[in-house]
Amino acid sequence: MIKTDVLIIGAGPAGLFAIHQLGIKGLNCHVVDNLDKVGGQCIELYPDKPIYDIPAIPACTGKELTNNLLKQIEPFKTNFYLNERVQQVTKENSEWKIKTNKNKIFITPNIIIAGGVGSFEPRKLSVKSAEKYENHNIFYSVNDKNKFKGKKVTIFGGGDSALDWTLELSKIANVTLIHRRDEFRGAPHTLNEIKKLEKEGKLAIKTKYQIDSIEGDKDIKSIIIKNDKEKTVKISTDYILGFFGLIMQLGPIAEWGLNMNKKTITVNTENFETNKKGIFAIGDICSYPGKERLILSGFHEAALASVECFKRAKPNEKYRFQFTTSSKEIQERLGYKPK
Amino acid sequence: MPKITYIDSSGNKKIIEVSKGLSVMEGAVQNNVPGIDADCGGGMACATCHVYVKENWFNKLQKAEDGEQDMIDMAFEPKKNSRLSCQIIVTDELDGLVVNTPTKQI
Repeated sequence: MIKTDVLIIGAGPAGLFAIHQLGIKGLNCHVVDNLDKVGGQCIELYPDKPIYDIPAIPACTGKELTNNLLKQIEPFKTNFYLNERVQQVTKENSEWKIKTNKNKIFITPNIIIAGGVGSFEPRKLSVKSAEKYENHNIFYSVNDKNKFKGKKVTIFGGGDSALDWTLELSKIANVTLIHRRDEFRGAPHTLNEIKKLEKEGKLAIKTKYQIDSIEGDKDIKSIIIKNDKEKTVKISTDYILGFFGLIMQLGPIAEWGLNMNKKTITVNTENFETNKKGIFAIGDICSYPGKERLILSGFHEAALASVECFKRAKPNEKYRFQFTTSSKEIQERLGYKPK
Repeated sequence: MPKITYIDSSGNKKIIEVSKGLSVMEGAVQNNVPGIDADCGGGMACATCHVYVKENWFNKLQKAEDGEQDMIDMAFEPKKNSRLSCQIIVTDELDGLVVNTPTKQI
């Protein structure tokens, strides 16, 4: 069990800046995120795309923004729990008890939900019978590649994951790569290598095809793929790997008794608290009249929520507004020696 | 104002007047047309405003850029006539446009 001043759900830009705002006020926090890395949508959806509306930064990519935010919170040595999802939130006396899918328990007076549009989950094959074989013959990520040794593996997708695994598994397995169009969005040099291997007969590529059906009983025996001219091809296969990117799903957040507006959490604009005392929502996941889904809005929301978090975590101390330029206390917390 | 017709997967039809300059996605979201989620809010960063556009209209649209095609790869059941409705900007020429929404977005 971990006791903390604040638990932050989501390590995107809003969550990361919240760490800073809490840190300079002397509060500690822990952060849980379902992705395997920090940065949220910035890192998952547009790491290399420039963002042009971060105040005072004319242009920076999602990755640069994330790295700068991480640099800014370095002094606080925050604990991140990645690949982990908050499952349950319950009231424990005057505090909140949070349980993750890895059975970690946090006790805290404050929760800041900075969950974007929910947690990222792999998009799955659209054919119904795919569910039956999931984690048996069908996978959306690779944990142990040796499982595929000497097997017939069909890989779906056109991005880096699909290309990287096609290349990697072609060394040990009989691989067919299937993509719905001729163009691949993965790295060109990987694609060139794959095309070279195809010419040498070491793997097969089928483009403009999509899955139509799966045949098998206990195990998959073969799949039928179809192109846009309704032409079908049957491919004998032992395993299917699907790399269709990630989708965002709200997940368990919907069950915590918070007032929702479609897929967003309703908050007040004074401190971004939800209908539950001590639970805050900031960034893309919150909504209020006039809300704009910009990163800079998330920063503002983080700053104001952190004030209320302070009052709840330290009820016997008075909150004082301070400037970082003049507060020795803040400068010390940030690791700068006052002159 | 141009009229846009949204047809869901069971054939239910909604005809909405959408101001020029708005996207077909915005026309749906602002008028509570079901079947278009638009999780990312029009940033071409998700594929949850995915629609199908019949051939006669499909060819009148500006071609999808690479980034849009990349996202359509991740849509639910993409087809040859798939588009992201956040990338279709309503103009007078598109008055009467018909789009079909897929059985689901995620």
